[in-house]
Order: sequence, then C-alpha cells, then structure tokens
Amino acid sequence: MEYLKNFYKYRFLFSEIVRKNIKLQYRNSVLGMFWTFLQPLLTMLVLVFIFGNIFGRNEKEVLNYPVYLLCGRLIYEFYTQATKRAMRSIRNSGSVIKKVYVPKYIYPMANVTSNFVTFLISLLVLAVVMAYFLIFTDTAMKLTPYILLTFVPIIILFALCIGVGMILATMEVYFKDVEYMYEVFCMLLFYATPIFYTVNSLNISNKIFQYALMANPLYSIVSMFRDCVLFGVPMNPNHILYSAAFAIVMIIIGGLVFYKKQDEFILHI
Amino acid sequence: MGNVVVDVNNVSVRFIQNQEKVDNLKEYFIKLVTRKLRYDDFWALTDVNFQIEKGERLGVLGFNGAGKSTLLKVVAGVLKPTKGTITTKGVIAPLLELGAGFDMNYSGKENVYLYGATMGYSRKYIDERYDEIVEFAELKDFMHVPVKNYSSGMRARLGFAIATAVDPEVLILDEVLSVGDARFKAKSEKRVMSMFDNNVTVLFVSHSTAQVRRLCNKAIILDHGKMIASGSSEEVCDIYDSMVKGTK
Repeated sequence: MEYLKNFYKYRFLFSEIVRKNIKLQYRNSVLGMFWTFLQPLLTMLVLVFIFGNIFGRNEKEVLNYPVYLLCGRLIYEFYTQATKRAMRSIRNSGSVIKKVYVPKYIYPMANVTSNFVTFLISLLVLAVVMAYFLIFTDTAMKLTPYILLTFVPIIILFALCIGVGMILATMEVYFKDVEYMYEVFCMLLFYATPIFYTVNSLNISNKIFQYALMANPLYSIVSMFRDCVLFGVPMNPNHILYSAAFAIVMIIIGGLVFYKKQDEFILHI
Repeated sequence: MGNVVVDVNNVSVRFIQNQEKVDNLKEYFIKLVTRKLRYDDFWALTDVNFQIEKGERLGVLGFNGAGKSTLLKVVAGVLKPTKGTITTKGVIAPLLELGAGFDMNYSGKENVYLYGATMGYSRKYIDERYDEIVEFAELKDFMHVPVKNYSSGMRARLGFAIATAVDPEVLILDEVLSVGDARFKAKSEKRVMSMFDNNVTVLFVSHSTAQVRRLCNKAIILDHGKMIASGSSEEVCDIYDSMVKGTK
C-alpha cells in the first residue's frame, strides 16, 4: 500500500522521464521522429538483401520474408534497446539520486516504458509493409482475426524487459563491466533468435543445441508474434506459458534484487 | 512537543569503504584472489539525536568531514541510516547543489517540469507556478534554450527558483545562499527569509557562525560524526567560535 501511494505521488516523474526520453531521442536530427519508421525499414532492407537468397527462398516456412524479418527485428530491437537503457538508467541519474529522494525503480521502469512507446509507434512500419504486400503482391501471407491477439506476446515482452532491466540496472551499479558483457550477449542473442532464419532451416540434429535455442524466451515471443501477425494461426500455448513464466520469474528476481540493494546504490554511483 | 517535524533518533551511518573504489570485475577478482579486498568501516555519524519542531530553524555547524552533508542526506531520505530511525513530516525541499536534476539537452522550460517532477510535484502544480519561476530566475528569454548552453550562474538561478517556488514544510539549505551575483544573492536571501516567515522548518548547514546566528534559533555542532553540542544558536555558536580559535 505504502509503495503504491509513493508511486502515485511520483507518477509525474515517471511520465516526465518517458516523455523526456522520447523527445530527446531524435532531437537535433533533421528527420526527427521519422527515424522511428525509417530505421527498422532500412535495416529490414539490408537483411533482406543479405539473407534473402539463403533463408528467404523457403516460401512455405517464412510466407513473406520481409515481414518475417521485420517481426523478428522489431522485437529484438525493442528488447535490447529497452534493457540496455534500463541498465544504464541508475548510473545515469546518479546526480539526482544522490541529492533528492526519489523511488529509484522509477528509472529502469520509465526507460523501458519510453522504449516501449517507440516500439509501439514503430509497429506502424510493420502495418505499412504488410499492407503493401497484401495489396500489391500475391503474397502467401494471411490476415486472420488472430492478429487481434498480438497484444499477448507484446505484454509478455514488456514484462520481460522490466524484469531483466531491473536485474541489469542493479548489477551495473556495482560493476560497470556488465555493460560491455551485455553488449556481447545481445549480439549473441541476435544470432540465437530466429530473426532472419527459421529454426527448421538450420537442420539442427543435436538435441541439446536445439533445446538451448528454444530456451531463449525471445524465441517464444517472436514465434507467438509471427503466429498472430504473419501466419494468422493460434499461438502455441506452450510458448505463452514458457515466456510468461520466464517474464514473471525475471520480474520477481529483478524486484527482489533491486529492492534489497537499492539503499546501497548511492554508495557506488 | 506536539509538533516535531524532523525526528532524528540515535542515527548512525556507516560507510563500508574499500581502500580503492573497485567497480570493475577484473579488479574485483584480482583483489579477491590476492585477498586485498579490505574494507574499512567508517562511521560518518554516530548516535545523533535531535528533534526539530515546526517553525524552528536548526543550524548545523562542523568542520569539513564532520558528517554535515551525510546528516542532510539522511534527513532528505537519500541515505538510509545504518542504525537508528528518522521520521519526517511533510514535503522536504532539499536545496542541495542546485540543478543536479537538470538534463543538459533539455530546454529550460522542459527542465522546470522535469525538476518539479523529481521533487514529486505534478504537472499542474508546476503549471501554476511556472511564470513565477521564470520571473524569479530572470530567464524569460532563455526558456527555450537547452540548459547545456546556460552559464553556471543561470543554471543555479533556475534551480533555486524552482526549488523555492514550492511551499515545503522542511527546507534543507546546504550553503546555497551564494547563488549567482551579488544582486541575485540578496534576492535569494530575501526569498528564503520570506519562507522563514511562513513558518517553514529549516535545516541549515554552514561554516559561518555569523550566518547561523542571523538565520537560526537553534544549532548543533558535529565533530567526527558525533554531536558534541546542541542548544540555542547563540550558545552553540559561541562554543563553535572557541573551537575554531582553539585549533588555530
């Protein structure tokens, strides 16, 4: 109760930080907010150009390679950007935290949220690209009512980012190395998540390797997202269960670690 | 005793300090393996006890490193005491290092709202006081300029204007009455004085007994984290002055 009351008091700080991050992201750039659309579009083109011939041929599995790519990339990009920002948030606001009392969890949470808003805006690109293929080409992609369920993977993804962000923010206060290690981890994640390939096309015979790939919660989230948006089929309930459980565990761990350590932050930043 | 606004009860603060600050894993492991990871206990405050009632103005005197800033941080709620408890009532406005909450890429106007939110105020609340803040800071023509282009004096003025535009119950002053040029200094002191008239409770840190005599009615002296004197500001200032003489 006490916590809710406190959060209610500082809700304006939360929204101010979200607002600030979004406003400042593209300030001083000529195209401004337009980059939110342009950046995913351009990287999609690059990836289509590079991998289109290798993985894009299998029409039956990817249906529409550009859309397949864009789905994976948007989710991956949001996850990495949000968690990275959350990770740095405490140290970056050190000057404030040292001087005034503020509930510290606001910082990682607001940073994830501001990225979430940009992510939601960038989904428009996906809508435009899909509309293009549906209207102007005879794509194998289908639009079904399942697209209305897209909010399920998105909410799970958001929760996952909050949890992971809290853990990373806490770790980063103690060891700045975490930043560099996480950078490498994110690169690994890019290849370990089926963004530009399909799991079947890899022909993995080694069971352990396959399980390792499937243990990645982003794999579940990306699959669910594509099921809704691209394939137009119901989601695999196992994916929902696994990723939701993973996200909840992360939030619990993140919340506990953060709560236990937050009073010490000031001594380290 | 019905109106205790700040109650500091047996507060002790311990810093566990490493000889050197270790903030990367390599150093941590090397030190861990070579057993050089030594921690020093350092008590910045030991058993500090005092109460401030509504409308009282407490001066905190002490030499450098006596624990004054630590005490203010504890009262402001930034630092949790290792032992003891601290209870405060109402809105606390810490005027510690003005402008710490600014974002350099943000314009002056945007920073007013950000800073206000950091202090826990709503957008609407700041809206009502916005004009007053701008006028007091004398920055009307610069509100749309990013704060990174401000001079340090302008930044401090804006910070002071925001921090004092609200009606706090407890005001924490850490030698901030030296903002800007002489004219603004006089203006800001006048502002703080008028807040005094509104029965605000003040916690004031200073080296200058003259200032404490002028502004406060009670005072304490901290020395190496211990409270060695407390009482009316005149008495305590006399003790402090003789301490200063003694060390000379």
